[in-house]
Amino acid sequence: MSSARARIAAKTPEWRAGRAGWLFIAPAITLIAVFFFLPVGASLLLSITDFDLYAVANPANVRLVGTRNYTDLLQNPTFWLALENTFYFALVGGPLTVATSLGAALLVNAKAVRFKTFFRTVYFLPFVTTLVAVAIVWRYLYHPQYGFLNYALGAFGIHPIDWLGDPRWAMPAIILLAVWKNFGYNMLIFIAGLQSVPEDLYEAAALDGAGAVRQFWHVTLPNLAPTFFFVGVVTMIGYFQLFAEPYVMTTGGPLGATTSLVLFMYEEGFRWWRLGVAASIAFLLFLIILVWTAIQLRLERRLAA
Amino acid sequence: MGTVLLYAALIAGALLSLFPILWMISASFMPTGMANTFPPRLLPDHPTIQHYRDVFTRLSMGRYLVNSGIIAIVVTVLSLIINSMAGYAFAKLRFRGRDGVFRAMSAGLVIPVQVAMLPLFLLMKSLGLINTYWGVIIPSMASIFGIFLIRQYAISIPDDLLDAARIDGASEARIYRSIVLPTITPILATLAIWTFLTTWNDFMWPLIVLSDERRYTLPVALASLVGEHVQDTELMMAGSVLTVLPVVIVFLVLQRYYIQGVMAGSVKG
Amino acid sequence: MLRGRTIRAMLVACALTACNGAEAREQRVTLRFWAMGAEGENVQQLVREFEREHPNVSVRVQQIPWTAAHEKLLTAFVGNVTPDLAQLGNTWVPELQAVDAIMPLDGYVAQSVIVKSSRVFPGIWNTNILNDTLFAVPWYVDTRVLFYRKDILAAAGYDSMPQSWPAWREAMEAIKKKAGKRQWAIFLPTNEWMQPVVFGLQNGSPILKDGGRYGAFEDPEFRGAFAFYVGLFRDGLAPIAGNNDIANAYQEFARGTFAMWITGPWNIGEFERRLPTAMQKSWATAPLPGPSGAPSGVSNAGGSSLVIFKGTAHPKEAWELIEFLSRSDIQRRFYHLTGDLPAQIDAWQDTSLAGNRYAAAFYTQLQRVRPTPKVPEWEFITSKIIDASELSIRGGMSTDRALAQLDAQVNRILEKRRWILARVAHAQHDSTSTVRIR
Repeated sequence: MSSARARIAAKTPEWRAGRAGWLFIAPAITLIAVFFFLPVGASLLLSITDFDLYAVANPANVRLVGTRNYTDLLQNPTFWLALENTFYFALVGGPLTVATSLGAALLVNAKAVRFKTFFRTVYFLPFVTTLVAVAIVWRYLYHPQYGFLNYALGAFGIHPIDWLGDPRWAMPAIILLAVWKNFGYNMLIFIAGLQSVPEDLYEAAALDGAGAVRQFWHVTLPNLAPTFFFVGVVTMIGYFQLFAEPYVMTTGGPLGATTSLVLFMYEEGFRWWRLGVAASIAFLLFLIILVWTAIQLRLERRLAA
Repeated sequence: MGTVLLYAALIAGALLSLFPILWMISASFMPTGMANTFPPRLLPDHPTIQHYRDVFTRLSMGRYLVNSGIIAIVVTVLSLIINSMAGYAFAKLRFRGRDGVFRAMSAGLVIPVQVAMLPLFLLMKSLGLINTYWGVIIPSMASIFGIFLIRQYAISIPDDLLDAARIDGASEARIYRSIVLPTITPILATLAIWTFLTTWNDFMWPLIVLSDERRYTLPVALASLVGEHVQDTELMMAGSVLTVLPVVIVFLVLQRYYIQGVMAGSVKG
Repeated sequence: MLRGRTIRAMLVACALTACNGAEAREQRVTLRFWAMGAEGENVQQLVREFEREHPNVSVRVQQIPWTAAHEKLLTAFVGNVTPDLAQLGNTWVPELQAVDAIMPLDGYVAQSVIVKSSRVFPGIWNTNILNDTLFAVPWYVDTRVLFYRKDILAAAGYDSMPQSWPAWREAMEAIKKKAGKRQWAIFLPTNEWMQPVVFGLQNGSPILKDGGRYGAFEDPEFRGAFAFYVGLFRDGLAPIAGNNDIANAYQEFARGTFAMWITGPWNIGEFERRLPTAMQKSWATAPLPGPSGAPSGVSNAGGSSLVIFKGTAHPKEAWELIEFLSRSDIQRRFYHLTGDLPAQIDAWQDTSLAGNRYAAAFYTQLQRVRPTPKVPEWEFITSKIIDASELSIRGGMSTDRALAQLDAQVNRILEKRRWILARVAHAQHDSTSTVRIR
């Protein structure tokens, strides 16, 4: 091809679209690469050093320590406590939130209901609120003497519980807050899922003599399976990253009962500036989420089959 | 009968959902000390706006309100532009390596954001952005999730529409402005609201980056104040109301676009 | 048109002359001053007077809660956004010095007539000296003494506080014998590190040995002190409770739930305010008893100091503010505002202090204070000390095992420090050996 023809051929609409493509993604890709992926890689590097406050003052004060941070963590009782607490929160709070969302979705979506939009909005409202602000409100609601929860429980003859001061009840208290705050989001997704189930399936089941409960088990649930999996995975990933609630309400106490992995990482990193250690906690968290999500997806694929 | 039960359950659920929020508002108008009594009070008997005045004068929350507002608006506007351009490009513009880059970027969705925070802090320090608005804004300007959302929606734009415009000689920028943007407006609205909400409510990163209390956003300021003012229940409630009010209003006014987007996005899921 | 241009020209000329006028005046300096808690609230008034004396300086005080202060200081250092000067708990000075965040102040002190080592309690001045250099100026002092119920002690047969550990224990046991079921002799919050550390210092323990390279928790001095401390709980003389477990300690003190409390000077004012009037004649303060009598009854050399950060653009003005706050009259006024005891000895001549029978115990105690180890890792180590205490007191772990664990943890924490010190010593050795060769 002559060079003139080559030049004309080069500036085709396809070529222009291609060039525009790179230009269009350039700002986003650059930002994500520099302010996300680069730090993630740096975190891996940090986790094999003993980077700390000394090193911030003088970069010469840093050493490569291989896997020592990781082995130290695995021998650190606080790490195991944080791991246990995080799993407790996720494995109890996760299913509870999903179940509540499904229940709310079924209620709101029921045929006999009018004012659907109103109820949907009301149930979604907690999700929209600022977590720190409502955590403070709940802190007062949980007050052993003046809080509403104990007052309401008192009507049933239950003795006042020191929700945030008793190591046995602190995590349940936080789980309750999390369920209240988050169920609205999954509810919306479930509503969308419910609405996508074809009507004729229900009609066919009714013709076969199935009542409401049977219809739920044999029509609704199987068709909702993909939604369930999606909601389950997303909720768990979010819950493993528990931070703001214990930070604001209990500062990880009492006696470490609400110290989560991210809170532990925050303390090591931004309170004590043991950045090498904190980075290794972050990476372990990443691994845990990865492995758990893989397991969850496997389980769900098995169930679906 | 079934319908009655249904409504009863719905109303009970609504009360449970709303109760903390309503009590927060009610307590913010109670005279000092009334919220800390037994038996707990539902409504103030002598409502007062003193705490709202105090919140602005003693606690200087007006400043935090401004900080939160500026950051939320700037992030929303900038990220809308950046994410929508990228989302459209990944959906509709064919260029070499597009799918590879997209897959690599999506892998980032599994990485919890806390992994990046420590080196990101050091990076911001070397750029001199600690304790500045930009230190909070820049990491939020591009979002993998946002790009995903836009791309999913943009895929449904008919190719012939775009090709026809190209044949007519329109530049890519022109096509984007005149054809794509109007078509994806619904998802843009959803993303804008989502971004505003999450940025306003963001806590951990602003907590780390902002050290001067004059730059605090509302959530960070609240968390810092509750340490000292934990006895002043009513005052803290007023502060919480102030923090929550803007996002609740934004949500209530624009909920149609927001909820539609969430539900549509998830179904396509 | 012409008139518009003339007006604009006049405006420009005005602006230029105004600029020249501004240059003729002194540069306006704004000092950023971080102060904590009650001190942060109250210093604002004093600072206004400083501004009157120095019209070109304006001081912006940022008040920081104590719970977040350590974190914020370090974050500001790492993020390069430190203030010009700040109040620092004096146990934090080594940490900020180790990262080279604060300025040495010997030069300023040498030229000052107000800030002088001879004018401050020696034990306190000493806490701010690292590697023979002064890095902070004491602002107010803090130490712990015994606050106690005179009437309960008298009822147990003692007309004054015993001075030695054995006698003290006997007194506590006597009190316990006369006490009711939910009453104890002494309140020692289990989530504080001050008590076990002070007992260790009293018993001759250095807490950390070898220049702060290793823990000395398993050595006999600390072992003995720790056994004494934990024994008070095990024998029912102190309630197993932390600061958060007792809703209102003042109420409990008034009720006789405990008869003794080791705490600091701010509680003089608090006791006067919060205890019922009937109770005001029944309490007193006394210096701490020691293992072998009064001289061994040392306490911690606490308090806050003022430091200047290296990143400041206005060291001169910052020093002037430090001098201002060290003036005897300002120290006296600060005492009246906060109840914090002045670091300057002659400020104690103030009638309200000199005549204050409660403050007398503090004055005596301040003659016998000892610093805590001046290592950057101290704050972190204290959290481990608290853990070890709680394990022994609440968890029932044997003191030997708890201390062995503590030593192991602390030695691991100090490993970096040992490495850095060894490196520095190695480098110095290399340079001196070069000199010798020459």
